Amino acid sequence: MSERLTLITGRTRKQAVGMHKGKDSPEYREATALVEMNPEDMARLKIEDGGKALLRTAEGEVELTAHAGSLPAGLVFVPMGTLVNKLIGTETLGTGMPSFKGQTVDVAAVTEREDAS
Amino acid sequence: MMLGILGGRIYDPRNSKDGEVGDIWVKDGRVVTPEDVDQKAAQTVDATGLVVMPGGVDIHAHIVGSEVNSGRKMRPEDHRGHERARSGGLRAGAGGTVPSTYLTGYLYSELGYTTVMQASAAPLVVRHTHEELEDVPNLDKGAFIVMGNNHFVMQCIADKQPEKARDYVAWLLGASRGYAIKIVNPGGVENWKWGKNVAELDDEVIGYGVTPRQIVQTLATIADDLGLPHPVHIHGINLGRHTSARTTVEMIAALDGHRVHLCHIQFLSYGAGRGHVHRSEAVAVAAAVNASSGVTVDIGQVIFGNATTMTCDGPLQYGLHLTTGNKWINDDVEGESGGGIVPITYKPGNPINGTMWLTGLELFLLIDDPWRVFLSTDHPNAGPFTSYPQVIRLLMDRDYRREMFESLHPRARRGALLPDLDREYSLGEIAVISRAGPARALGLEHKGHLGVGADADVAVYEECADKEAMFSRPRYVYKGGELVARDGAVVADVAGRTFSVAPQYDAGLEVELREYFKKAYTVSFDNYSALSGHGAPTEIVACG
Amino acid sequence: MSTVVEHVTCPFCGCLCDDLTVEAEGVEIRKVRLACSSGQGIFMDYDPRPRRPLVDGREVEWENAVAEAASILSAADSPLIYGLSSSASEAQRKAVALADRIGAVIDSTSSVCHGPTGLAMQAVGEPTCTLGEVRDRADLLVFWGCNPDASHLRHFPRFSLTAKGALTPNGRADRTVYVVDVRPTGSSKKADHFLQVDVGSDFEVLTTLRLLVKGKEPSVDTVGGVPVAQLKELVERMKSCRYGVAFMGMGLTMAPARQLNVAELFTLVAELNEFAKFSVLPMRGHGNVTGADQVLSWTTGYPFAVSFARGYPQFSPGEFSAVDMLARRAADAAVIIASDPGAHFPAAAAAHLERIPTIVLDHGPSVVASHARVVFPTAAYGVDAAGTAYRMDNVPIPLKRVISTGRLTDEEILDRIIEAVA
Repeated sequence: MSERLTLITGRTRKQAVGMHKGKDSPEYREATALVEMNPEDMARLKIEDGGKALLRTAEGEVELTAHAGSLPAGLVFVPMGTLVNKLIGTETLGTGMPSFKGQTVDVAAVTEREDAS
Repeated sequence: MMLGILGGRIYDPRNSKDGEVGDIWVKDGRVVTPEDVDQKAAQTVDATGLVVMPGGVDIHAHIVGSEVNSGRKMRPEDHRGHERARSGGLRAGAGGTVPSTYLTGYLYSELGYTTVMQASAAPLVVRHTHEELEDVPNLDKGAFIVMGNNHFVMQCIADKQPEKARDYVAWLLGASRGYAIKIVNPGGVENWKWGKNVAELDDEVIGYGVTPRQIVQTLATIADDLGLPHPVHIHGINLGRHTSARTTVEMIAALDGHRVHLCHIQFLSYGAGRGHVHRSEAVAVAAAVNASSGVTVDIGQVIFGNATTMTCDGPLQYGLHLTTGNKWINDDVEGESGGGIVPITYKPGNPINGTMWLTGLELFLLIDDPWRVFLSTDHPNAGPFTSYPQVIRLLMDRDYRREMFESLHPRARRGALLPDLDREYSLGEIAVISRAGPARALGLEHKGHLGVGADADVAVYEECADKEAMFSRPRYVYKGGELVARDGAVVADVAGRTFSVAPQYDAGLEVELREYFKKAYTVSFDNYSALSGHGAPTEIVACG
Repeated sequence: MSTVVEHVTCPFCGCLCDDLTVEAEGVEIRKVRLACSSGQGIFMDYDPRPRRPLVDGREVEWENAVAEAASILSAADSPLIYGLSSSASEAQRKAVALADRIGAVIDSTSSVCHGPTGLAMQAVGEPTCTLGEVRDRADLLVFWGCNPDASHLRHFPRFSLTAKGALTPNGRADRTVYVVDVRPTGSSKKADHFLQVDVGSDFEVLTTLRLLVKGKEPSVDTVGGVPVAQLKELVERMKSCRYGVAFMGMGLTMAPARQLNVAELFTLVAELNEFAKFSVLPMRGHGNVTGADQVLSWTTGYPFAVSFARGYPQFSPGEFSAVDMLARRAADAAVIIASDPGAHFPAAAAAHLERIPTIVLDHGPSVVASHARVVFPTAAYGVDAAGTAYRMDNVPIPLKRVISTGRLTDEEILDRIIEAVA
């Protein structure tokens, strides 16, 4: 089961700290490989806190660790970085700025079985 | 490098040359005697029949720094259609009323100008001013440092500590690598941070209890005491208002006995007219200037067409935003200044714009001594500096002046004095108001003349009946002896110098300033001074 | 040899805190005082070891790398110069000189942070102030679509939320603080009032505030998820404050409507000046991205997305902005200076940088450097190179060299490249 939600990206403290360690560092990886979600959305989609979620847009898909956060229903937050940028399109609406905030994204739980396959 | 400019008609007012035929010899960037050069080895230029003048000196223009650059950034519409492509060693650029830095230098060269003073810089952001000055080629420059709303100065006045104020000003000029003290709407910019202004010389500045009168008198006294090469450079109160002529005359009286330069007084010479249209009070203001030998002025002549208004006078700019509906930048600067930017188009069919235009010309024609009135458009406030040749024609050609007057809105023309003023400037007088006079007022001994020892900044023009055409297309322009423009087109990019002053002060003040900065600024004392960090050195001009 | 340098400027974010003290032992930085967690890493994680330039991943001599870069740029029809945010203005000036020389498109990270803010400023202007005015005067703060608690960690104590100034001696107690955002954040938790706006509804909420400022009554009870009653309360506070300041961030520039959101906020702030002194400040991000705007503006007239292809500067965001140049495959070579579009651009745009010959100047490893044709290891401005940077409020501040590694600066390398392509 997947649902179409709205994706926003942004800076986090851990992302900034991880960046200085290097984008190949475990700190950076850990700081950017997560998605914050509304707990009710997670429950409905059967995504566990700390479990994996698959995010997919027309641009690509990425698997992230889901955390329950204080987000309003329908919104997901992913720290800026290489992973989330697989989901972001290049349309800038004539401004130079891609849709780093406000793009729609299909979100689904990743089951163990799918994970292994 | 030796050069001879031979057989030209030399207009060098400081050396009392008014069109006499003669030679100018140049060696190592300076004017020298004929005996000082090996005339056979020197490159020579036949200037027979041509007019030879010192390079132009602009005493008041906004060409660089935080305000100008915000104006550039805000106005892409100003740049399109005013582009310059790279060619040879010359940089590309763009801009009509707010040209990019390299283009600014080139455009001045193409008019025969070689020295320009940046009319204002807040010390907190003066590092920016200096960065841009490094990127303005072909000109020698200096920056005026705004102090008329400076908290430390106002506190010294409130505490009756004029010596401390003097030491602080001396420190600040050195620390900001500035050239002169600038005052903009004294007290009014501080009050604007409360959404208010000042309207009279004796109004109070909120939080300090001091007055505009005390501020200008204190700073004028300091400029005299420190022996600064240029006196206090004042943009007064009530700019643009119908009370401005009265307060300008009061300002001149308040500063009696001091040396003082009043800038762009056209904007400050209005009275109340009928139906909300100001009228020119040039007669009253010119009379006050004529009667006060210590006063010099520049005009800020309005040019019909596009302009970008920019000044530290924040409340003025907010008013202009409300009046025009045009986009508006405001910038309050902690502890010392503020500012605003509004684009504008001056139209002859607008009665107020017409009055502004004729007020400027009346002042030019009513102030008797050309050594005390200087050519400016307060670039880019009243119009771009590229229009100087048009102003010169208006001053030299009364028929042209009357023709343009006829295009004004009838309400601007009604009762105007301008059509009755027959005076026409001579070439020698133009050389005074655009070269010798401003150089003297700036205390730049080696500028604005062609005597031995002067910088070899020379403009050579071909005289023709249309003086606008003549001054738009100099045959040759030399900066420090190097040919930078030919037939009205820039041909070289040479580095210019920046002049600054470094007056003496009691170094004990720095201990107090270090503490003061912790509370007054968000930048540390050590990083505030433009003497710290990067930056090309400036050339110190002596005080005294 | 141990050294202690005071009044050091942190080059990480647009706050450019210049009150740090850095202790070093030779080239090893031992301790940094007063820096936030984001700033600490700039110094403490800095790798001062000398490195040699790379061509196709192999170490080469400097002159070989310069020659390779020059040959790439000489052969290119449509080179792109991009980045500049973590560089100094002295180097940014050289980057423009190079773009001018080779007819390149030049763009900075502005286009993916506050580029839309610049477009709004071009449309309606910008009533603003320096950060000291905020500290000293502001009794009402509105943070809109920004989260300084995560992005500008010392903004609150130094300039805004809790800072004490001349008219705000009690700091936090002297201020009313609003946060407007699409989700609760660390910043909203510290505010007096949090208005949660539906994603993509900022424009409607801002328009409603303008309506209320003009004394008109909206015909609905809720706009963009916010009760009109709350907006009325905010408007009353805005109109009656002594000195109000709105801060805005990516929540407006990256969201749908982009520059229109920002222009609406700037217009609201301008209109508020009829009632109370009010300013707006964009929360500019990386160290010297503000300087990139400044330098591009004074050299070309335009703040970002500038093309020299026709010999003179042309400005066209959406066309000469880096993401668009790469996504359309319009660039056939690239110079990336002090930034990492490999990590921060949409993947499809970043991928084009792997197709074309790319030259990278950076003080450390980056995603874009990992597949660049030429990599110039540089000094880091503010760590082992001195220069000038512009704070988010356009105040220029010197960056110090706190350790001496002998590494070349962006400025020096760009000079060599300019000389080699001439």
